[in-house]
Amino acid sequence: MNWILALIPCLALLAVPAVALGLRARPALAPALALLPATLFGLILLLPLGATFRVDWLSSFGIGFAFRLDGLSQLMALLITGIGTGIFLFSGSYMTSYPKQHRFMAVLTLFMAAMLGAVLADDLIVLFIFWELTSLASFMLIGFEAHKPAARRAAQQGLLVTVSGGLAMLAGILLLGTAAGTFTISEILANRAVLATHAFTPWIIVLVAMGCFAKSAQWPLHMWLPNAMAAPTPVSAYLHSATMVKLGVYLLARLNPAFQEWALWQGLLTGAGTLTMLTGAILALRERDLKRKLAWSTVVALGTLVTLIGLEEPLAATAAVVFLLVHALYKASLFLVAGILDKKAGTRDALMLRGLGRHMPLTAIAALLAALSMAGAPGFIGYMAKDLLFTVQLGVPGLLPVVALLVNAAMVVVAGVVAVRPFFGKPMEMEREAKDPGFTMLAAPLTLAILGLVFGLAPALISVNLVEPAAAAILGEPTGIALGDKQATEIVYYLSLVVLVLGVIAFLAWTRLQPRLAAQTWLDDYGPDAAYGSLLRSVSLISGAVTRRVQTGSLRFYIGATVVLMFGGTLVLLVAGGGLGLPSADPLPLPHQAVLVGLVIAGAVAACRLQMLFAQVMAAAVVGFGVGILFLTLGAADLAFTQFTVETIAIVLLVAILARLPFRELDARRREEHRRDGAIAIGAGVVGFLTLLAVLSVPFDTQMPDWMGAAAWPEAKGRNVVNVILVDFRALDTLGEIAVLLIAALAATVLLRRARGK
Amino acid sequence: MEFLLALLFGVLLSAAIYLLMARSLARSILGLLLLGNAANIAIIASGRVLGWAPPLVAPGANALVADASNPLPQALVLTAIVISFGLTAYVMVLSWAVWRGKGTVDTEALRVAEPRGLPAADPRDAAEAETLAADLLPTRTGAR
Repeated sequence: MNWILALIPCLALLAVPAVALGLRARPALAPALALLPATLFGLILLLPLGATFRVDWLSSFGIGFAFRLDGLSQLMALLITGIGTGIFLFSGSYMTSYPKQHRFMAVLTLFMAAMLGAVLADDLIVLFIFWELTSLASFMLIGFEAHKPAARRAAQQGLLVTVSGGLAMLAGILLLGTAAGTFTISEILANRAVLATHAFTPWIIVLVAMGCFAKSAQWPLHMWLPNAMAAPTPVSAYLHSATMVKLGVYLLARLNPAFQEWALWQGLLTGAGTLTMLTGAILALRERDLKRKLAWSTVVALGTLVTLIGLEEPLAATAAVVFLLVHALYKASLFLVAGILDKKAGTRDALMLRGLGRHMPLTAIAALLAALSMAGAPGFIGYMAKDLLFTVQLGVPGLLPVVALLVNAAMVVVAGVVAVRPFFGKPMEMEREAKDPGFTMLAAPLTLAILGLVFGLAPALISVNLVEPAAAAILGEPTGIALGDKQATEIVYYLSLVVLVLGVIAFLAWTRLQPRLAAQTWLDDYGPDAAYGSLLRSVSLISGAVTRRVQTGSLRFYIGATVVLMFGGTLVLLVAGGGLGLPSADPLPLPHQAVLVGLVIAGAVAACRLQMLFAQVMAAAVVGFGVGILFLTLGAADLAFTQFTVETIAIVLLVAILARLPFRELDARRREEHRRDGAIAIGAGVVGFLTLLAVLSVPFDTQMPDWMGAAAWPEAKGRNVVNVILVDFRALDTLGEIAVLLIAALAATVLLRRARGK
Repeated sequence: MEFLLALLFGVLLSAAIYLLMARSLARSILGLLLLGNAANIAIIASGRVLGWAPPLVAPGANALVADASNPLPQALVLTAIVISFGLTAYVMVLSWAVWRGKGTVDTEALRVAEPRGLPAADPRDAAEAETLAADLLPTRTGAR
């Protein structure tokens, strides 16, 4: 039975190519794809809580494909597949006008698979892999309309932010696995006492929080979320209601039992969460675009959730779970409504959309129901969430209660502007009368909005089965709180009334408030998005400058730089290491040897000093043959003969080739270039000389030549030891040598053919 | 003798680098030839001058005589000579192909892969990049 657990993400993954191929052949089938998440939804319901599945993968590191279903992952998985069903149904019709619809649906499926894998994983490494897969899939989804520059920028920004956060998280995960001695999440949480005193724990907290903050758009990394609204609407609805951005929240909640005692954890989460709430609320009020407005309110919701996880009391855990659920329901619904309005009324500008209610009654109902839940109207589950939120937030000392009041009032405004204002008032002018869309597009927003009411009226439906197990997982123990019980005290009740009234007043004044807020352009100019832009620009400016300096395209510069670095570095090491020295037992040269060395040196100097190319060639030949004769005097007869042969062929070839090149041209270097090159060359030569002397000052171990000399005849039946080495002891080297020659010959042949063909 | 060989190595190395950095490919080839010789001298020298006699096992004997030279660096250098010849021959052909294709062997003039001034530092191009970046910034909420 438990294998079904592993089947859930695998099934979704395997469906990806099938979706791509199937929908390319039959695009009309797209809405039917909703059956896939619906089936997975059913499978998750079938599984008992606490189900586990494990296949060892890298067993030496204790890493395995481990999956586990507990209250928290069940809630997430149900949201992913449940809302996914609606989104898939919606996209089936919404995306028909887009080219490459099949690709879109395939990536959406991939994204869902990655999300399911991430929330079901019971192994940190597996979780991380799926985590990064969601980043990749969201990159493709956000940038789906790649012809739009804004979409490309948003996709790149989302990827850079979430993946760099992911890198920090990977470091945190590795530390966590090392500290806890296991990568299995359930074991880490069971042995959390180890972490309570471990020296790594503060690092783990900071690194993991960075990854989660980047993913869940916490301040100051929140800028990618509203920009991601460049994606097609179903993507926004899916990624920013129930899935992608909730993943960071999920991991924080998942690891909360291990770190909840730490003041650092609490401070980080509540601090970042509160700042995020405040920023999101202000910018949400300022925004006119429906989708971006909803995105900012998502930022608020994420800030709220992170704050709640950072507050360590049973009620906060329950509040977080209920709010997570509520937010997913109303936000998905509202995003889809925004998509419908965009399509049917032709704009997403909140100031322009008016009086659509009579034309689109069903859309209006969906929007209103969702908005009421969002605003926390009595009877809706949103009311319960708000009740819990206030009770928790008002109990905290410090600024949080004030921020919470303001932010919640702002959310009332957003609910009103997004879902009430467009449907009432004097009808806007339109080229074509707007109408309600068909069933496939209305089903999801209506169902999700109605669910908000159903759960609100009958909290028992979800209290024991869904909310409590999830809250217990966040807390690490049962909360003992039943949903629907009245939590709020008198004062909280009145305060929430105040918030509602404040919100309604602000909503009525919004058309006047918005232009004033919008006029505050410094919010854009000095915000994190501008910082991101200038960061990217400086990176490309700096790398451009460095590239221009280093990658000059001049061969002379490359050789010179390489030589200076190589020999300069060697000199430093040589002097610092005290390696300077003279050969220890140096036999005196025979007179003719000294003369030969002098001749070769003269040849080398002449090769440099002579002006005519052919004279230089002859000087180089003197060097080559001189070295050959020198080999002969050193007892290296084989070398000498090879050198003579090779040198002869090389010189003949060289003359033959040079005769076809402009050989009359003199060395084109300017005087100062000559001087500089000469200095570099002489410097390198001196360092080379000193280095070789240092090598020679080390006593020599004759074991190797002795063994070769002794073994050549008895073992290899050869009297010429050099030959024996070449064809026997080190025969593979010789094979390599032949291969090199062959490759050189082949390459030269190809070049000759091509050059001749011109 | 080892000291002399080290000196020879230094001189050949200098000459090779000086020629390699010349602007004409023809002189760079000469530099390559000298560089090969320099490397071979270095290998022979670091195998030490153990004796002057060739490393041949005399008929009837089972091992090398005491004043035989070190056979191992000789074997290495034998390989090295052939390989550096292969390399030089290839570079010669390459230079000729360059001359046929581009009409020059001046390395400063050969800039097909790395054109001069790229990536652009030209202020005009920079301004162009700025406007492009400005387009990519999200539309200002208020200005719309």
